[in-house]
Amino acid sequence: MADASPGVADTLRLTGVRKSYATGTPVEIEVLHGVDLTLRHGEFAALIGPSGSGKTTLLNVIGLLDRPTAGRVFIAGQDAGTLDEMETTHLRGRTIGFVFQYHYLLPAFTALENVMMPVLAARGRTDREMRESAAALLDRVGLTQWRDNKASAISGGQQQRVAIARALAMNPALVLADEPSGNLDTESADAVFDLMRDVNERSGTTFLIVTHDPRLAQRCDRIVELVDGRIVSDRANTKVVRRG
Amino acid sequence: MNPLSYFAPVVAFRFMREGLTQTFLIVLGVALGGGVIIFMSALLAGLQANIIRRTLNFQAPIQIQAPDQLARPLREGDSDAVANQVQPRSQQLRSVDQWQKIRADVARIPGVTSVTPVVTGPGFAQRGEATKAVSIIGIETESYFKVVALPDKIIGGRYDMGPIDAIVGTELARDLGIGIEDKFALKAANGAASTLSVVGIFDFGNKGVNERNVYVTLRTAQNLLDLAGGATSLDVKVHDPFAAETIAQTVRQGSDLHVDSWISTNAQFFSAMAAQILANTLIRIFVGITVALGIASVLVVSVVQKSKEIGILRAMGTTRPQVLRIFLIQGAFMGLVGALFGSLLAWIFLQLWRGVATNPDGTPLFVVVIEPSLFAIACVGATLVGILAAAVPARRAARLDPVVAIRG
Repeated sequence: MADASPGVADTLRLTGVRKSYATGTPVEIEVLHGVDLTLRHGEFAALIGPSGSGKTTLLNVIGLLDRPTAGRVFIAGQDAGTLDEMETTHLRGRTIGFVFQYHYLLPAFTALENVMMPVLAARGRTDREMRESAAALLDRVGLTQWRDNKASAISGGQQQRVAIARALAMNPALVLADEPSGNLDTESADAVFDLMRDVNERSGTTFLIVTHDPRLAQRCDRIVELVDGRIVSDRANTKVVRRG
Repeated sequence: MNPLSYFAPVVAFRFMREGLTQTFLIVLGVALGGGVIIFMSALLAGLQANIIRRTLNFQAPIQIQAPDQLARPLREGDSDAVANQVQPRSQQLRSVDQWQKIRADVARIPGVTSVTPVVTGPGFAQRGEATKAVSIIGIETESYFKVVALPDKIIGGRYDMGPIDAIVGTELARDLGIGIEDKFALKAANGAASTLSVVGIFDFGNKGVNERNVYVTLRTAQNLLDLAGGATSLDVKVHDPFAAETIAQTVRQGSDLHVDSWISTNAQFFSAMAAQILANTLIRIFVGITVALGIASVLVVSVVQKSKEIGILRAMGTTRPQVLRIFLIQGAFMGLVGALFGSLLAWIFLQLWRGVATNPDGTPLFVVVIEPSLFAIACVGATLVGILAAAVPARRAARLDPVVAIRG
């Protein structure tokens, strides 16, 4: 059996991950059939596959939102299987950022407050440094002038950019994006994608992006293809398409 | 977990501000419920205090009398009874044996504030052609006034008496057509009579008492009723009127004295009061449950409405206890703010009540004292009810699976 411990530079390592639903019942169904995957620090990878192939399930397992039925998940060197619910929540909050197809911003809060929310949840208070850091993130996603607008009062593309800034608020090692541009027009989708790419290149944050869009997948360094709960292809993309 | 974390309060208040109409309506509901509870409690407390005060105005909390005289079966030597049917004996007017010693002993019992001897017996008040049956009440003024607040009830004349003075009620004064300084004859049932001068007229607010009681000095009553140096009863004042029965039992122990507390002599009143308290408690409980269900239903809806937001909060590292607190804080806030407004409403209701519930002469029907502690208890209680009501939706929110919540 291969050594299950992750390498120093591995942000993510999955070994033999299986996920079943309705376990122990006659209708038990296995969605992931022993997935092995490693993402090294600073990688910018796409996860593609047809609908129902288990992409979102895999993302949930990686994001510690769901526990695998079998196999091990290492996040930043930490074996998630050994953690209780509270420790898992803390590890998730510290090391993983999420960007969903829908932004899920808190409409009662401003753009800036939404970005500060993960820090507020983790530390229980805010200070000037945290506020400046959140403002810098909003500046980075080009929303400085919208920072004090309620999240519900900005456009869809802007909301998704706020969501990206929020995902980066805790300076996570890994950002998981599930169809981050699925709800956006082509121009906004490209802008959001460029932004993630820029963050990856500047900060070395590892990205795993689930997408249906082959055009966007072609702009990632690595393309992992999942079919029927199995990785059928995992290749480096030597012809990364750069926009502009 | 950082106890000073203001993450949960910040999110809770924003959630409530976001659903301002919902929050406003439930706070209004709590305010109305709380207001009704406070208003009813103040009213009931006022009513009870008023009835108790009025009852104890002319009645000592504890009265000690001579033991009942018992008939003994007729016997011959040590043989069986000759007469097997024994009729109850008629009770003579007689003094409490060694009342001075008993008075001193009772005065030492904790909770007793004063003890006074009284001589009471039947008589007739007569003036001209008018004759009225009365109770002659001989009192030792100084100590009696500590037990029964007669001086407060004097509406004319004075309350200090000499051996040929009497204090009569308003009804008797009217029936006999007498006023201050007028004279009338007071006759005992045994035929003894004395001519007395009216020095004071009282009004206890009770017609029976006002037309029946004639207060004279202890010595005058002893002479009239042929009880030289005696006292037919000892009237006892206690610090806590509700402890009267317990103290009465203490006095009863080891003696054959006839001891009655105002609680046992007013049993009907106390059972009516108990029923009133029970009805009031039930109303308070049901109003409290209604308020709790209102808060719970609003928060249940809120949890459903915000499940995606809760999901994302959980995904970004918010712990279950933090989510729990977000909703518990909302429940507590709704309860507390509702109770504060309810206190204001109750205060307004009570002012209106004071204006409306008056006697024909403009005096209040009864005095309602607004105790600040009642408002404080209501606020603390409503906050706890709010927290309890929020417990179920809060637990539901905290247990939301972020994956399910986000997927919706």
